[in-house]
Amino acid sequence: MASSEWELVCGLEVHVHLKTRTKMFCRCALEYGAAENTHTCPICLAHPGALPVPNGRAIEMTILLGLALDCEIADRAVFARKNYFYPDLPKGYQISQYEAPLCGPGRFKLPDGYEVGIVRAHLEEDAAKTVHAGGATGRSVGADYSLVDFNRGGTPLLEIVGAPDLRTPEQAVWFLRHLRQRIVDLGISDAEMEKGTLRADVNVSVRRRGEEGFRPRWEIKNMNSFTFIGRAIAAAFEEQKKAHEAGEEVVQSTYDYEPDTDRLTVHRSKEEADDYRYFPEPDLVPVEPPAELVERLKHELPESHVERIVRIAGELPPDTALALAEELVMTGNDWKAVALNKEGVEFMPAAAIAMNRGDFLLENAPALAKIVEANVTREALDEAFAAAASGPIDAADYLAQAAVADESELRPIIDAVIAANPEQVETYRGGKEGVLGFLVGQVMRESGGKADPRVVNRLLAERLRQE
Amino acid sequence: MAEIDREQLFKVARLARLELREDEVDRLGQQLNDILAAVSKVSELDLSDVPATSHPLDVVNVWGEDEPRDCLPAEEALANAPEREGDFFKVPPGGAV
Repeated sequence: MASSEWELVCGLEVHVHLKTRTKMFCRCALEYGAAENTHTCPICLAHPGALPVPNGRAIEMTILLGLALDCEIADRAVFARKNYFYPDLPKGYQISQYEAPLCGPGRFKLPDGYEVGIVRAHLEEDAAKTVHAGGATGRSVGADYSLVDFNRGGTPLLEIVGAPDLRTPEQAVWFLRHLRQRIVDLGISDAEMEKGTLRADVNVSVRRRGEEGFRPRWEIKNMNSFTFIGRAIAAAFEEQKKAHEAGEEVVQSTYDYEPDTDRLTVHRSKEEADDYRYFPEPDLVPVEPPAELVERLKHELPESHVERIVRIAGELPPDTALALAEELVMTGNDWKAVALNKEGVEFMPAAAIAMNRGDFLLENAPALAKIVEANVTREALDEAFAAAASGPIDAADYLAQAAVADESELRPIIDAVIAANPEQVETYRGGKEGVLGFLVGQVMRESGGKADPRVVNRLLAERLRQE
Repeated sequence: MAEIDREQLFKVARLARLELREDEVDRLGQQLNDILAAVSKVSELDLSDVPATSHPLDVVNVWGEDEPRDCLPAEEALANAPEREGDFFKVPPGGAV
């Protein structure tokens, strides 16, 4: 019996430093790169008797993020102590949220319409920065001693827990890029991986397509580069597939990704087991977000760049998208310079979507432009764009697969789609021509991806104008 | 009521990085069990209609403005450090007891 294909099951936990002026539970100023231990006080050094006072702005920012991700905002949120013993945590516990986070389930829609669930988002404090000295690796294991700088200790940290909805490494990276953009647009964080203000833990398991439930997962900790995240997920996917196929046991565990070898190694745990003994923080009272605060924050929400991308893509004729992609290439690597002259950086993904797909390496734009121009099948296009996200591609590999441009084949599909979507047809005829993109997408789907989108575009527009 | 056995006692001690002497084991085990017994008195009551309490005060929404105040000078912050290197706190290698 042939068993079905393996499918990736991936979810991200994303941590961002909030861009407040002061720390989460004391009013020490936050300053990146300041001289060590110059931004501390009895609260963030955990001197006996010192009591935390939450940062109201951090609470607002968390609610704002929750609103942006369509989360349920809690009626009542409770801070909790997460107990573990480590020198970067002078209290012996981290103040976090556990059973009652500020933000409950929500969702984040990618520009291609794929929806990634958000499990929760909560507010906590970051640990101090530790430098491991001596030893060979620069990691804690094997170090002779550690040096601690408490400036970062107590920085407001927002943790966003994504559902295991991601199905390819490219999609996971794309999700993180767009989530990051949304966070930056909200003005709540700089979310820069190089500075450590954005970090992600990656959870990876695999299953047979159609299989219910989950198999044991690997957690890959503290990833701080988009490229490495993609590679680590791909590596974990391959290793787990191999293990399952060989009948070996895949043990739930924490891993580090080694970029040099493209391998995953078992992470040496801080605590022998996760035994955090959470309990409600007795030094802090609950947060019950006032309705008028939530209402005010709703009005502060900036337009989602994802919606903007989808709108631009819908309005962007394929020829313009191609021209744009070429123009982006002409300006070398600084495609942002072009984008700034137009309608913001979103033009890059918008152009890509208009060319049918999402993210790709800029160097591949000329090849992609050729492939799109050559009217290849949707399948070939999907393959080309998927490959173009991770490495250089050769247009010749895809050019042989021609799309269906025969109008007599396409007309019945177009008629069926028009009949099945009276509401969108009405909207289009009412003057909102952006809907055309949606209808084209439906025709593409019905044709199994084999239709030539430009012919579909033209035929659809003609047909819609007829009645 | 659940009793704390020897194994659990050592586990709790280990999590708190406490070293137990053999002569402390019985005494501390007894004390922990006495505390558990006292707290579990609560379970004799029918509390099915009582919502869980996370804080004894009937107060919510206490927070401060995001306005910086003075920090300690590094010298003062480090005054109680058993060991230092430059202006860093110097500690045993990560996680070691």
